[in-house]
Order: sequence, then structure tokens, then C-alpha cells
Amino acid sequence: MAMHEGQGSIERRAFLRVAGAATGAAVTGGIPAIVGAQKAPSFPKGTKLSILEWVSFVPASDVEFKRLAAEFGKLAGVDVTVDQINMNDLNPRITSAIETKAGPDIIMMISNWPHLYADGLADVDDVAEEIAQRDGAYYEHNKKVSVVGNRWKAVPLCSVPSTWAYREDWFKEAGAGKWPDTWDELRKVGIELKKKNRPMGQAFGHSLGDPNNWAYSVTWGFGGAEVDQSGKVVINSKETLEAVKFTVAFWKDCLDEGGLAWDDSSNNRAYLAGTISATINGASIYFVAKRQFPDIAKVTNHGHMPKGPGGRFYSIGGQGRAIMKYSKNQQAAKEFLRWFMDRPQYDKWMAANDGYVVGPTPYWEKHPLWERDPKLVPFKEASKFGRWPGYPGAPSRKASEALVKYILVDMYAQAIKGMKPEDAVKWAEGELKKAYA
Amino acid sequence: MADQRIEPILAESARPTAVAIPAPVAVSVPGFRRPRRLGQLLERQDILAVVLLAPTLTILTLFIAYPFVLGIWLAVSDKVVGRPGAFVGLENFRVNLNDSIFLRAFQNTFVYTFIATALKLALGMLAALLLNHHFRFKRIVRASMLLPWIVPTVLSTLAWQWMFDATFSVFNWMLMNAGLISKRILWLGDGTLAMGCLIAVNVWRGMPFFAITLLAGLQTVNPDLHEAAEIDGANAWQRYWRVTLPLIKPIMLVVVLFSMIATFADFQLIYVLTRGGPYSSTHVFGTYAYEIAMRAAKLGQGASISLSLFPFLLAVIVFQLWYIRRSD
Repeated sequence: MAMHEGQGSIERRAFLRVAGAATGAAVTGGIPAIVGAQKAPSFPKGTKLSILEWVSFVPASDVEFKRLAAEFGKLAGVDVTVDQINMNDLNPRITSAIETKAGPDIIMMISNWPHLYADGLADVDDVAEEIAQRDGAYYEHNKKVSVVGNRWKAVPLCSVPSTWAYREDWFKEAGAGKWPDTWDELRKVGIELKKKNRPMGQAFGHSLGDPNNWAYSVTWGFGGAEVDQSGKVVINSKETLEAVKFTVAFWKDCLDEGGLAWDDSSNNRAYLAGTISATINGASIYFVAKRQFPDIAKVTNHGHMPKGPGGRFYSIGGQGRAIMKYSKNQQAAKEFLRWFMDRPQYDKWMAANDGYVVGPTPYWEKHPLWERDPKLVPFKEASKFGRWPGYPGAPSRKASEALVKYILVDMYAQAIKGMKPEDAVKWAEGELKKAYA
Repeated sequence: MADQRIEPILAESARPTAVAIPAPVAVSVPGFRRPRRLGQLLERQDILAVVLLAPTLTILTLFIAYPFVLGIWLAVSDKVVGRPGAFVGLENFRVNLNDSIFLRAFQNTFVYTFIATALKLALGMLAALLLNHHFRFKRIVRASMLLPWIVPTVLSTLAWQWMFDATFSVFNWMLMNAGLISKRILWLGDGTLAMGCLIAVNVWRGMPFFAITLLAGLQTVNPDLHEAAEIDGANAWQRYWRVTLPLIKPIMLVVVLFSMIATFADFQLIYVLTRGGPYSSTHVFGTYAYEIAMRAAKLGQGASISLSLFPFLLAVIVFQLWYIRRSD
């Protein structure tokens, strides 16, 4: 919060004015003027634009996105359709779209997907760089996952970081007046909490988000990594070993032993049911609490991923939007991305997300929504510490292979289950060498 | 009956004159030539057979043969999404054999299939024998038996997910309230236990198919045979073993065959419940192939994983078909 002192009085309207001035667009004239200022090309009659997105965990986000898409359609004279499907179903849809060279013109990319699908994606260097010039450089992870070789294969959209959601009241009772800054401090509080039957919660199964959040952030935090910058496997280090030993101890001392059986929604349920005191998650726990469990929302706050000997890290893939190479409407698609990422539109979409998403450039740290609810500030700040799958190497297809094989997650899970930490690390080394071969 | 009907037709088609049409008629009026020709052609059995089979063959080629051949091609290529693959021979299979997760999936697939099929057969048979008696509401009970099989797998599996939930499991709640356990059981938190849970859900889901099909088989067994055996002094077990079982064996084998194929290739149930976790202990071919092909975009490698099923499925099918023929 300290960094926002003196900015508290900036209100939404004033912010927009600043934003509009910065882009050189006449905000006062409304959307048509903005589009006019940008000289939005009009497209031949009957131009169609089809967009495929995930179903957001924040329903208001989807509503606003559809509204904006329709608005663009009217302004540009383009027939826009938006399809939203479950995040898990995006991979097969993208695969079949690229292989059959037919389907949506724009598809959402999550984490390092632009690297997986680079051959099927059109270059969007102009749009992506334009935004960076206007709003400042992208966060490193947003850029890393979107640039393949030296071409932009997606326009960064946002990040959806996970921070620690925790019970301030219980932490206070356990002797922690504020959120612990280091892993060791967190463990100390955790021991007290678990003694009172209020363990923290962390998934170690095979779900998409939570287990990887732990595995990557903690490995990096202790100074370990899967590979070095050149892609050589370096997991078998004393830093990784320390991370594994720490995790085993943390598991015994602080965590709910249900974690091996958890999926990504288990911790949400356990937290809201009051059986755990803290867990790593997106802002969704807090949003649901505000709607349905106001008493819990009142005593919930968010804390940063603690620091380890190696520093503070978040595993954040970030999201982007890519234009498909097969698309016959690439120009209209580019105009849409340009228009959507322009400040007046993006501002509205971000406001609808209410803190769930973080903009792809530090510019959006100034959004007034962060002033509205200080409890969400750690989300805003998380992107600075964000790293991609495969860091410090490239977020390549090989990094994805390591990810889908859950090599890091299983290294921790097997150690928790009783395998010697040394053996778990050695196992991971063997598997990673095959994935990175 | 049947012979009488068939014989004249056979006799007809055997006559050479039935095929040869007098030539002058066909030549004289050009306008009528075509339909006549078509008619003539269709009267030839070999051509008619091709025409009648064509739709089926087209569908089979498009939807079965083509994907299958494509699958084989992918499995021997280094195809990734968006790039044409190059032929790499058996390289993908070599990689698989060096992959501990693949080997685990391999083992799991067999454990899952054989235990689940055996249980489904045993329980299905038991249920069929019970349902084969006369009792009130017989039809409703028989129909409701099919419910687990009819409900979409994903939906019923989501219900099971709740029942196995680490925090809210209804099983744990019951066992704790009955005083049988003092600590919750983490149903999906341990490799072996999770595998057991997956098998249990598969059995719950697949057993009705066995029960209803075997019940249909049981109803074809002539009661006179049982009576005769009873008069000869056979007890219930002997009657089942020596009379019922041999008579329904063909149908039983067919059900087992179908079920094994479906269980070998199972995906949804495991993907929903564990996604192969914890620590890759519940992966089967289907789930692992999906992760590699779809989420890591390595279509070639993924295809080679799922194609590893093929030799075993083929062996099962060949054996069972041979067995059924032999017993005929």
C-alpha cells in the first residue's frame, strides 16, 4: 500500500482522463471518437470475426468481454462471435483448429501455449509492441511466454496470479500479527496453527494450477531450477534438495494431510468451510467469501509468496490472445486486439474482473480498483515476481512436457509420501533429462 | 421353413438365363437405354452387393479406417501440432519404453482392466441370477439397474468425486459416525487406494451392462433343461455350472469382450477423478496419451502411447472370437 500514498484520490474518471490523454484519444467523445482517432479501418461488409476464450472464474468478466466484443462489432462493422469453453477444453480445440486450418480467428493462450502452437499462429509484433510503447514494457513472464524466437505470437492479455489467502484472526492467535515474509517464518506460524487443528492447505495431486504453483515457486525460492538458461537440466542441486526437505517438513508440521488427494477446487472448499487457515489461490476464494461467507471474508487477507534463500517467486504463466495463421480475417482480428487493449476498453474489462486479473504492463498497477480493496494489493504486486514454466530457460515445448508429466509436483509428492528427498530429486533429474532431451 | 424359402431363390439365381437379357430390346430405344442398363446392372448380384455395401464401407473408411491409419502414421512420426511430421520409425515406442510414467500407465491399464472386468462379470452374473426370479416390481427394478450405465460418465464421476473428497467424503462421515475409523481416509490421496477407488467406480458403472445382458442370456435357457437336471438329482450349483453356464457362455464372452475393450480405453472416469495423480500412480494409456498429445502438443508421441493398446486389444479380440467359434 505504501507505494500508493498520495494517489488515493485518483478516481476512475480522472484516471480515464489521464489514460485517454496518454493514448491521444479523445475520451470525451466516447467510443466512436476513440475508434475514429485510431482510424479504425472499416471492413468489407460481411467480415466475420470469431473469438474463442475460456470461461472465466469471474462471471462478470465474461459478460463485460462479450459486451465489448459486440461493441467492437458495431463500430468496425464486423460480425463478431464469442465462444467460451472450459479452460481444460481449450487444448484439444486449438489442436484441431490448427491441424484442420479452420476455426476461430482469435484464441486465448494460457501460459506458454504460444510456444506450443507457434507454427499455427500469425505474428502480432506490431500490435504487441505498440502496446508496450504506450504502456511501458510488459512484465517479463508475459513477454517470455508470448515471444517465440523473436516474433510475437500472442498479444499479452493479463496475469491471474495466486497469492496466499489466509485467516488474519487465526494467524494473530498463533502469534503472527502480519503475513510472514519468509518460508521459515511461515513454517513457524504453521506449526502453531496445526497444533490448534488449523492447518494450512496445499494440493499435491495432478490438477492444473495449485500443485504446480507450489512446486515451481518453492523450487525457485530455495535457489533451485529445472534447467539453466541454456536448457541443461540442473535440478539435482543442494538448493532443490533443501526445497524438498523443507516441503516434507512443512507438510508434516503445517499442512492438511488431505493435499495429496486435492484438486484445484479442494482448497477453496476447505478454506471456506473453515478447515484450513491459509492456502495458495487466485482471488476467487475471497470473491466467493464476500458473496456467500461475509464473516470469513472479513477475516481473510492475502499475503505474498514467502521469500526463500533464492528470493521471492511466483509461477505465473500469464494469458494472451493469438491470431490464427489460417484466419482469413487477420486484419480485423488485429484491429480487435488493438482496440481491446486500448486503455478505455481494457480499463472496463479490468474493473469487471475486480482484481482477479492483473494487466500485462506495470501501467495497470495504477488502476483505481486497487485502491478500492487493499486486500487485493498482493495480486497486483505478484506479477513483478512472476516466472514462467522452464525458468530460467525458455518456456518451450520441453518445459510443457515437464509440466504435463508433473515432474516437479511428483518430486515433492513422492518425498511427502516417504521417498528419501535425495532419491526424489534424483528421480526428477532422470525424468527431466528425458523431457528436455 | 427357411430352407423352402431360400431354395427357389438360389435355384433362380443359379440359372444362367436370369442374368442374360435379350440384346435387341436394350439397343432399339436410346432414351430408355440408361435405366435399363442400370436395372440390368443392379440385377447382377456382384454389383448389387457392392452398391448395398458402399454406404457402410464409406462410413467405416471415413470414421474407423482413416483415423486408425492416421493414428499409425502419427505414432511413427515426430508430429507436433502445426508442423508436418517426419517418419521416425519406432523411435516414439523406444522413448515410451524408457519412460517410467508410461510403464506405470501400462501396468495400471492392465490392473484396471482385468480386476474391473472380473468384478463386473462376477457381480453382473450375481445380479442377473437374482433378477431372473419372479418378484414384485420386477420390471422397474430391472430398468433401474441400468441407471449407472445410462448417466453420462462425467456427471456420475463428479458425484463420486464428492464422495471421495478429502474433506467432505460421505464415506468418511459414515465410517466415523459408526465409530469404525477415527481418522479420515484419503481415498484419492494414495496410489493404491486411488486405483482401488477408480476400479470401484468403473465396476459400479459397468456392472449393469453385464447384469442386463446376462439376464437376457439367462432367459433364453429352457426351463425344461433345469427340470430334467433336477429330476436327475443335480443341486442348484451343479445346475448352474453344468446347464446354465455352458448355455450362456457365448453371450458372456461377448459381454466380456466389449467390456474389456471399453475398459482398456477408459479415459473420462480417471481424468475426472485423479488426472493420473497422485504422483502419476493412476495414469492409464488414455490419460497419459491425452496429456502428451494435447497438453504438450506432441501428437506423434501421444499417438504411440495410445497405439500401445492395440496389440493387446487385438489379442483379446482374436482369442475371444476364436473361442466363440470353437464352442459353436
